[in-house]
Amino acid sequence: MSTTVAEKKEKVSVPFDYNKYLRPNKLPHIWCPGCGHGIVLKAMLRAIDKAGLDKNNIALVSGIGCSSRTPGYVDFNTLHTLHGRALPFATGIKLARPEMKVIVVTGDGDALAIGGNHFIHACRRNIDITVLVFTNATYGMTGGQYSPTTPLESIATTSRYGNIEPPFDTCEMAKASGATFVARGTAYHTLELEKTIHEAITHKGTSVVDIIDACPTYFGRANKFKSATHMMEEIEKDGTVNVKQAANLPPEKLAGKMLRGVLHKVEGPEYCEKYDILIKEKASAKK
Amino acid sequence: MAEKKKKLLQGNEACVEGAIYAGCRFYAGYPITPSTEIAEGMSVRLPKLGGKFIQMEDEIGGIAAALGGSLAGLKSMTATSGPGFSLKQECIGYACLAEIPLVIVDVMRGGPSTGYPTGPSQSDIMQAKWGTHGDHPAIALTPSTVPEILSETVRAFNLAEQFRTPVMVLYDEILGHMREPVTIPGPGDFAVEDRAKPTCKPEEYHPYDDKFLIAPLAPFGSGYRFHVTGLNHKQDGFPTNDSKVIRENNERIMRKVHVNRESIWKNEEVMLDDAEVAIFTIGSTARSARFAVNELRKSGVKAGLLRPLTIWPFPDKAVAELSTRVKAIIVPEMNLGQMTLEVERCAKGRCEVEGLYRVDGEPITPSQIFHEVRKYL
Amino acid sequence: MSDRYEIRFSGSGGQGMILAGIIMAEAAAIYGDKNAVQSQSYGPESRGGASKAEVIISHGPIDYPKATAIDCMLAMTQESCTKYHGDIKSGGILLVDSEEVKTVPQGAFKVLSFPIIGTAREELGKTIVANIISLGMIAELTGVVTHEAVEKAVLSRVPPAFLELNKKALQIGFESAAKLK
Repeated sequence: MSTTVAEKKEKVSVPFDYNKYLRPNKLPHIWCPGCGHGIVLKAMLRAIDKAGLDKNNIALVSGIGCSSRTPGYVDFNTLHTLHGRALPFATGIKLARPEMKVIVVTGDGDALAIGGNHFIHACRRNIDITVLVFTNATYGMTGGQYSPTTPLESIATTSRYGNIEPPFDTCEMAKASGATFVARGTAYHTLELEKTIHEAITHKGTSVVDIIDACPTYFGRANKFKSATHMMEEIEKDGTVNVKQAANLPPEKLAGKMLRGVLHKVEGPEYCEKYDILIKEKASAKK
Repeated sequence: MAEKKKKLLQGNEACVEGAIYAGCRFYAGYPITPSTEIAEGMSVRLPKLGGKFIQMEDEIGGIAAALGGSLAGLKSMTATSGPGFSLKQECIGYACLAEIPLVIVDVMRGGPSTGYPTGPSQSDIMQAKWGTHGDHPAIALTPSTVPEILSETVRAFNLAEQFRTPVMVLYDEILGHMREPVTIPGPGDFAVEDRAKPTCKPEEYHPYDDKFLIAPLAPFGSGYRFHVTGLNHKQDGFPTNDSKVIRENNERIMRKVHVNRESIWKNEEVMLDDAEVAIFTIGSTARSARFAVNELRKSGVKAGLLRPLTIWPFPDKAVAELSTRVKAIIVPEMNLGQMTLEVERCAKGRCEVEGLYRVDGEPITPSQIFHEVRKYL
Repeated sequence: MSDRYEIRFSGSGGQGMILAGIIMAEAAAIYGDKNAVQSQSYGPESRGGASKAEVIISHGPIDYPKATAIDCMLAMTQESCTKYHGDIKSGGILLVDSEEVKTVPQGAFKVLSFPIIGTAREELGKTIVANIISLGMIAELTGVVTHEAVEKAVLSRVPPAFLELNKKALQIGFESAAKLK
C-alpha cells in the first residue's frame, strides 16, 4: 500500500516533459520577452500529450508570421508554408493521408487577411483540421502594422492616427462558415486554453480556436500599455469572460468583452470521411 | 479493331490519361478556361482509383493543396491557364526551394490579364521560367499533338519525381481542345519513375542531405519527422542565415537540373540535315511549321524544323549547333517575342534570327511561315 | 497534302455542331482506317452565338489542325454561314439549312440547300437530332467516311434510349443528300 502512495506522489511531482515534443537544438525561439506565443505552444503540447497522439502521425502546418515559426520548434512532421497558405497545404496533407492529425498554427493576419478565403472554405468543408489562430491584433514580424483583428482606434505603424477599420470576430466567422467546433481562449487562462485545445484536437471536423495573445513589443508599446503583464490583464483577463459564467451575468457586465470557452460545437459530416465513402462506392462500381 | 484501344481524345483528356498512367493520385485545382477539362476528368477518374481530387477555393489553394498532397507522398498535379498560372507563381517558387515534386499543366490562352480565354496563345513561355521571384530551376515540356500530351504528361511526372522539382507542361488552347486519335498505353509502354525514398534510420534523415545532389524525400507520416520551409535552409530543412549554406543550396537546386539537362532535353528535327533556313517552334505552331516545311520542300526550298519538346531548360546546344549551319532561324510564336530572345542568345549572331509573332487569338498559319521563310532565300 | 479533306460544321451554340465534328472524326479515325483531327472555336456562350467545329481527314499525318481550304461546309444559321463561308475552296460544297439561311453567299463553290431542322422537327419530332441528319448528309455528300463507320460512331455516342431516333436521323440524312447530289 505504502508503495502505491509513493508512486502516486512521484507521478504528481514529475514535471511535464516538454523535451519529448520540442526540438531543443532549435531553441531559443524568436519570440520577444512578454509574447504569449510560448504559452500557447506549451498549452498545445500538453493538449497533444493528453490526447495521446503519436508524434509520427501529427502534421503541424503554418503560414508566415511570428506564430508560424512554431513548427520549427516541435518534433512532428512540420511544414512552414507561405503567407496565408497554411490551410490549403494542410488540406492537401489531410486529404492525401486522412489518418494523420493535422494542426494549423497561424496568426490573425495570416489566417484572416491574406489567407481569409482559405479559412472560410476550410471551415465550410468541415475537413478534420484544427486551426489555432494566434490573435495578437498586429503583424509582429513586419513591425506592428494593423491587422484584421486590430480594435478600432488602436495605433499601429500603418494606423498612426488610429485604426478606422472594424475588426473581425474570428469565432463568428468560423461558425458562419461551417466549422463544427469553435472556441476562444487566451494565453492568460493557460489551463483553460490547454483544455480547449484538447477538446479541439479531439473533435472530428474543422475546429477553430481563436487564441487572444498579446504582442507587447508592437501593439503594447504603440497603445500605451505599461507592460506585458498589464496587457495580458487588460485584454485577456478583464477583456474576456468565460461563456459559462457569461450566462449568469447581466448585459452591462458583458459589454465590450469577448467570450471564452467552447462557443459552438456540433456534429457534422467530415470531408475526408465523405471522400472515402465516395472512393468505396466508385472503386467497387466497375469502370 | 486493333489490340490496343484507340480513342479520339481531346488534348486535355489525353493529359488526364497521362497523369493517371504516371501514377498521379492527387489533384487540386480551380476551374479556368481552357484547362478545366483536366480537372473534370481527374474528378471522375481519381476516386475510382482510390486517389483524391479537390476543387479548391482559388488557384493558389489549388497548387498549395497539391503540394500538401505531394509531401504526404502522392504524385500530385494541378492545371491552370494564364491568369491562374500567374497566381500560382509564389507556390511554384516554394516547390522549387522546398524541392517538392509537382506537375503543373498550363493550357495557354490569350493575355495579358483575362485576355482571350477561348483563344490560343504561347505567351507563358517566359512566365514558366521567370514567373516566380528568385533564381530557381525550371523544367517545362511542350507537346505538339494530342498523343504527345499524354506521353509528355507521363514524362513530366517522371522528371518531377526524379528531380524533386515542379515540372510544367505547356500547351496552347488549340491543343487543349482539339481531338486526335490516341492509342491508350498499356503497362510497360512508357517508363514510370517514382521518387527516391530514404533508406536510412529516421533519426539520421535529412530532407536535403548534402551527400546527395537530390536527396530522397520521405512522405509525411512515414516515421521520418522533418521540417520543410520556404526559407533558405540547411540540409536538415531548418532555416539558416549562413551565407555559405544559402549560396550552396541556391546553386545546388539550379545545378541538379543543369547537370542533367542532356537527359531532360528532347528535340525533334524535321529535314534539318541540309536545311538553309530553319524554323524553331513548339506546340500547335510547330504543326503549322511542319506543314510549311513540307510545302517549302515541294517548291525546292531547303527548309527544316527544330521542335523542342523541352523548352526549359532551353535547348541551348541544339540551337547553337543549328546556328552554325543555317542562314536563318525563324521563330514563329503566338506571342510578341519570347523564344526568339533565347534563340538569339544561343545563336550568338552566327545566323539571322527572326521572330514571327501573332497575338490575335488565331493560330500562325502554314502560309505565314511559308512566306516568312522565303524572305531569307 | 492532296489527301487532306476539310469539313467545317457551323451553326449556333447548342445545335450540336461540335458533337457532329467529333462523330465525323471518330467515324474516320476510330471506325474507319483514316487519320482525323477535330478542332473548334467558340465564344463565351454555351448557347447561341456562332460556333464551328472542323474536321481534317487524311490517310497520313495531319499537321495543321485548322481548315485552310474547305472541301465541305455546313451552315445551320445565317450568322455562321455569313461568318465562316470564306474558306470554302473552289469547287467545294456548302450545305445550308434552307429555312435558316436566306442569304446564300456567292462563290466558286456548290451550294446545296435542305430544310435540315425542319425535317428533324416534322419527321422525327425532335429538332435536337438535326445535327445527326446533317452528319448523314455530309457523309453521303463527301464520301470521306462510310455509312457503316458514321453509324457506329453515332451509336457509340448516344444513350441507349435514343439509338433508334439517331439511326433514323442518320438514314434520313443519307437519303436526303443522295437526292440532292
